[in-house]
Amino acid sequence: MMLDNLLAPLRHLGHSSINAIWKLGMMSRFLLAILAHSGQSLLRFQLTIREVYFAGVLSLIIIVVSGLFVGMVLGLQGYNTLSRFGSADALGALVALSLLRELGPVLAALLFASRSGSAMTAEIGLMKATEQLEAMSVMAVDPVARVVAPRFWAGVISMPILAALFNVMGIFGGYLVGVVMIGLDEGTFWSQMQNNVDLHSDVINGLIKSLFFGIAVTLIAVFEGFDATPTAAGVSSATTRTVVTSALVILALDFVLTAFMF
Amino acid sequence: MQNDSFIEFKHVSFGYGDRLILQDISLKIGRGQLVAIMGGSGSGKTTLLRLISGQIRAQQGQVLVDGRDVGRMNQRELYQHRRRMGMLFQFGALFTDLPVFDNVAFPIREHTSLSPAMVRDLVLMKLHAVGLRGTESLMPAELSGGMSRRIALARAIALDPQIMLYDEPFTGLDPISLATIALLIKKLSDALGTSAVMVTHDVHKSLEIVDYVYFIAGGKIAAAGTPDEVRASDSPWVHQFIHGEADGPVHFAYPAQQSLAGSFGLEGA
Ligand SMILES: Nc1ncnc2c1ncn2[C@@H]1O[C@H](COP(=O)(O)OP(=O)(O)OP(=O)(O)O)[C@@H](O)[C@H]1O
Ligand SMILES: [Mg+2]
Repeated sequence: MMLDNLLAPLRHLGHSSINAIWKLGMMSRFLLAILAHSGQSLLRFQLTIREVYFAGVLSLIIIVVSGLFVGMVLGLQGYNTLSRFGSADALGALVALSLLRELGPVLAALLFASRSGSAMTAEIGLMKATEQLEAMSVMAVDPVARVVAPRFWAGVISMPILAALFNVMGIFGGYLVGVVMIGLDEGTFWSQMQNNVDLHSDVINGLIKSLFFGIAVTLIAVFEGFDATPTAAGVSSATTRTVVTSALVILALDFVLTAFMF
Repeated sequence: MQNDSFIEFKHVSFGYGDRLILQDISLKIGRGQLVAIMGGSGSGKTTLLRLISGQIRAQQGQVLVDGRDVGRMNQRELYQHRRRMGMLFQFGALFTDLPVFDNVAFPIREHTSLSPAMVRDLVLMKLHAVGLRGTESLMPAELSGGMSRRIALARAIALDPQIMLYDEPFTGLDPISLATIALLIKKLSDALGTSAVMVTHDVHKSLEIVDYVYFIAGGKIAAAGTPDEVRASDSPWVHQFIHGEADGPVHFAYPAQQSLAGSFGLEGA
């Protein structure tokens, strides 16, 4: 009895690890299935465009507003710290580098997961719960090809664009605070940025990160939707799982990618 | 009469988990025939349709459609099989993100390359057939239950399938719509030679239009016959079922008792 109680957490740990690995395997297989059934989403590209609208365009507001504020905060905090060392001139470079390398891709992905990823899971889960996916398959239309793959590609396409937009808005926010509010020299702000930002190691690497995040978040979102227990409660817990898992995966993946890139 | 069978169950058994739902079912549906499946709630009627559409596979026995075993088809063959099949789901299963027009147009657009004008004509024709022309721009959420099911029917027959599976087509319809839909189902079988299986609780209307009736209870075919044979049956069970009496050999309980099988008067197919 005593031993049982002691072993329970261990058993729990083992159980969840096995589950996690199991799920990872399922997800990889699902990714392969999506890739194998992607023909339609590319040939009938308007299917994907429609999903880009839902996944990408509808996230614009939140991305634009958050990007602006993050950039403004960076401007304030950066100026505070830099001016202590007498190097407030480097503010432009600081804002741009933090955004391009880290904050842009990571925050945009987190926002994308909670705005579009959760919506994708809920939508697909609900289609499953109301037998719509089943009906489609009985009409000899593969739901993975018709419903899942277009959403997946839409997410993969939207994510880097949203991250880039986040960066642009962030830099603009830094400019507003640094140059317009605090009154740093405009020419120095931009030229410092230009001199210190490298196209390959900063801009491209940031985009590659957001591409990976896009793949991860969208895959999690469509998988959780497709895998949801077909009930109201099942769909709601799948939606929660999408947001939580995405956040963890984005941060872990960011660490790994950063270690490789910089 | 039923030698040229198009759909045939040979000793089919199926269960969810440990619970057997259908046991050793054998039945035949001829080409162009309209056959009704009747039985109590939860007796496995929807399950039987799902075996024909290949959504589930028989654990024992064979489900043959046009001589081919649905249970052994691979994905590609299954989709080929389904292309000539239409299914009306018990709860409609309309695509909630598409308006009525796009719902009905869905199978047409997916499987043909007709021009938009022809798609439009076809969709309007099908909507007219179910008596709902003029609803094209409504969203499924704006339809009543009975309307949704008729739209779902229009979608199911959009490509004039060779096989039709109807899961309770008459539920929730007013008497006039019911007569219209019954006539439509009859016409599809007579004019187009569609072989059809219809799950229904509406005994009287379906006895008017079907060629043959199977009753299922306790996972088995409890009784079977042509409408005339059913009407003339002196089986107390069939009598109770078609007259909807609360008291009789069937008691209102769950799960259905298997010992009932003994009291059926008709051939136990
Ligand atoms: N996915 C499932 N998992 C487990 N059991 C199921 C599942 N679907 C149906 N069942 C069980 O199988 C039995 C037969 O279900 P089915 O849907 O075929 O009944 P039915 O004859 O269509 O009933 P109704 O007239 O109410 O629609 C039911 O008792 C049900 O509990
Ligand atoms: Mg049913």
